[in-house]
Amino acid sequence: MAELINIKVNGKTHRVTADPEIPLLYLLRNNLQLNGPKYGCGIERCGSCMVLLNGKAQPSCVIPGSAAAVYEVTTLEGLSKNNVLDPIQEAFIEEQAAQCGYCMNGMIISAKALLAENKNPTDQEIRQALQRNLCRCGTHTRIISAVKKAAAKLNK
Amino acid sequence: MKQFDDIKSGRREFLRSSGYLLMGFTLMPGLGFSTEPDECYSPEQILIADREAVDSWIRIDEQGILTVLTGKMELGQGIRTALMQMAAKELDIDIKQVRIIIADTGQTQDERYTAGSGSIEGSGNAIRNAAAEARKYLLILAAKELKSNVAELSVNNGIVKSAKNQKTVAYKDLVKGKRLEAEVTGKSELKKPADYKLVGKPIKRTDINDIAAAKTHFIQDLRLPDMVHARVMRPPVYSARLVSFPTDEIQKLPGVLKVVVNGNFAAVIASQEFESIKALEKMKQLAKWDSKPITPLPGQLYADMIKNGSAGEIVEGDKSADKKLSENTITLEAEYKRPYQMHGSIGPSCAIGLWKDDQLTIWSHTQGVFPLRSTVSDLVNLPLEKIRVIGVPGAGCYGHNGADDVGGDAALLALQMPGKPVRVQWMREDEHKWEPYGSAMVLNIKAAISEGKVTSWQTDIWSDTHSSRPGGKAGHLIAGRHLEKPFAFEGGGFSGGSHRNSLPLYDFETKNVALHNYKGPLRTSALRSLGAYGNIFALESFMDELAAKAGKDPVRFRLDHLKDARAKEVITTLVTKAGWDSNKKAGLGKGFAFAQYKNNASYFAVKAEVQLDRATRTYRLVKLTGVIDSGQAINPDGIINQTSGGMIQAASWTMLEQVNYGANGVESNSWETYPILRFEDVPDTEVFVVDRPELKPLGAGEAAQGPVSAAIANAIFDATGSRLREIPLTPDKIDWSKIS
Repeated sequence: MAELINIKVNGKTHRVTADPEIPLLYLLRNNLQLNGPKYGCGIERCGSCMVLLNGKAQPSCVIPGSAAAVYEVTTLEGLSKNNVLDPIQEAFIEEQAAQCGYCMNGMIISAKALLAENKNPTDQEIRQALQRNLCRCGTHTRIISAVKKAAAKLNK
Repeated sequence: MKQFDDIKSGRREFLRSSGYLLMGFTLMPGLGFSTEPDECYSPEQILIADREAVDSWIRIDEQGILTVLTGKMELGQGIRTALMQMAAKELDIDIKQVRIIIADTGQTQDERYTAGSGSIEGSGNAIRNAAAEARKYLLILAAKELKSNVAELSVNNGIVKSAKNQKTVAYKDLVKGKRLEAEVTGKSELKKPADYKLVGKPIKRTDINDIAAAKTHFIQDLRLPDMVHARVMRPPVYSARLVSFPTDEIQKLPGVLKVVVNGNFAAVIASQEFESIKALEKMKQLAKWDSKPITPLPGQLYADMIKNGSAGEIVEGDKSADKKLSENTITLEAEYKRPYQMHGSIGPSCAIGLWKDDQLTIWSHTQGVFPLRSTVSDLVNLPLEKIRVIGVPGAGCYGHNGADDVGGDAALLALQMPGKPVRVQWMREDEHKWEPYGSAMVLNIKAAISEGKVTSWQTDIWSDTHSSRPGGKAGHLIAGRHLEKPFAFEGGGFSGGSHRNSLPLYDFETKNVALHNYKGPLRTSALRSLGAYGNIFALESFMDELAAKAGKDPVRFRLDHLKDARAKEVITTLVTKAGWDSNKKAGLGKGFAFAQYKNNASYFAVKAEVQLDRATRTYRLVKLTGVIDSGQAINPDGIINQTSGGMIQAASWTMLEQVNYGANGVESNSWETYPILRFEDVPDTEVFVVDRPELKPLGAGEAAQGPVSAAIANAIFDATGSRLREIPLTPDKIDWSKIS
């Protein structure tokens, strides 16, 4: 049943033996022991599990790991280099843009993809980019501020 | 972050080393304490008479680290940081030198549940007293060392300095090689607001760094050596009985280690998580259930509540109000409705159980590690001392969600898999269908007005319970009710939560509240603010209706009925900050609401602004502006964050949310069938804090829930002339023909 999946995650190629149907999320969390993407709904409706696939923010809970092998996968872990956080991660900390923080992975990943394409997003563009991501604590106002702050940092 | 793998570390380890000052305290300072230190007393001689009687501790060690143990749980409300801040403030220690150990039956004291916004008041005050007393001891030691009087000493970042000779000594050096233990008397003087260095200033939560950097923080992230994965198959509907189950077929599936079937409780344990999920899908396809339909259905629910609810019992207020009302003509009467609503945690409930060396350990995001321990003890028939529950943060819960239930699942399954940690995570569908909801409510209010003032007021409430937390009874866990020998669900009667905030704070001649208890079709328990959400929705909507009837501005009308100075200040601050009196614009509506949470905690006033879109017959909630007074603001940034979050969550409940169900079960089983507010529809929020450094701090987490609901209804009325009395306030309930 299990097959060998060669998958590039956070700049490194991993050889994983797994069920070819295994959703990318479980492969990342369990086979590669990554904490960033989180299980939330399993049907791509909450954004907790988002990762970057070739730089595009996408849920990882449905796409099979074997199908994701054609992409360069980046998780929240992959945003920081040598323990130096990405400016977006820094902005979320500085703005204290979390209550429980369970959705933060998806928020930062979505923001990363947005800011790569749009250096100065308006509030409305930020809201649109985060529309797929649910937050139940109601931290939206701060998350929007954090994305704006991250944009300012990146433009410096 | 707690050491997850080191489960042997416990209270004894904490107490064993030397080189520290240790203060023991209970949550009731002043009770049963032995000595009060004074300047003639030698601190080295103080010893705690009965260590077992002391239930919590703060410790300063020879590295200068202050460690706080608290039984409260971090739920995303930032309690860890606030409690560390309070201790650091009293001792004048840099917050970076402070550590905290949260909810763990092996280490911390029994503080029951982290709920009702009571952590700062209870745990916080106890920790503060302990820290104040520790400071006193340290200053006595320092006075000796620096050959000065205590009055001549000052402290900065853990360094004591004498004004007499300018000499200094660090706390850590004062405790080096010593072992100083004392109980808190609760009589030490707390610092005055003017002396605060840390409290009242925004402090960043350290746990947010870990989350942003994807470090292990959530229970869902825990990976224990040799861990296996389990999924539980829930019935299609509450009362269903399992009539046939394909044990052999499931047992043969790849990775399956064990199939557990006990009555209506069926689960699978597999080596890999995805294997357990695939097995679960197969189990759902093949299992056969016998079930009874749910009644009454949503269309008949509210009528059934009134028909079958208990006779009204006056639970609050003045019993003569009835008579007064019948003497006067009732000026206005209205009925409000609130549906079943869910907690809707973003991360489905999760727990890990380990049965090893005759000890059962449960890692859980429960709000109460001790009550869960006693409930698991009942469920699996093990004595308390063989069970340890360790609190680990989960996704936000907002009350009693599936956290305890999945803890029970993990306990049962761990016992089936000795020596291996068993991780159980619910699927999204389980969380949506099986969590205990906030109860549906019907609220009828009648009032009489004379000369523009309300003279009498009566509220009738119909509601199911707002608290069915386990509290030691296995019948309160889903698994407990599904076993072959089921534990009965014995509701502890109906709780006071149903009439929370139902009695108006306003100054009326007579007022009362009658409660009609109702056992409804769906499972219910504590959802953030309990009945206060529905009660304030009704109360503050009705105040608006009365103001309109009296021809008065709704804010002025409320102020005319208020004596409480803090209430008035919160309202007048909002009027200024939110520009209440600004001119009306076409298509825009403004709504106001106010409440003091539980009538004894934080004060909160809010303005809602809605914008109509006549073409699409919809409205948009544009902005919510809130003002909160929670006494002394320990961490204003935390208060703003929680309050703004409460406002947005309450807006989501109010505009969109209702649990749908049919005869064959709950139909709201995903975010598609139970939508919540998404970014494009989230209102802008602004929160102002009225700081009262001279008063005791109050919890802030639930103050916004009720007022926001009424403010939105009142804004819709202002914009459209339609009075919406049934949540959710969907635009189809507006009479668009009224709008020119």
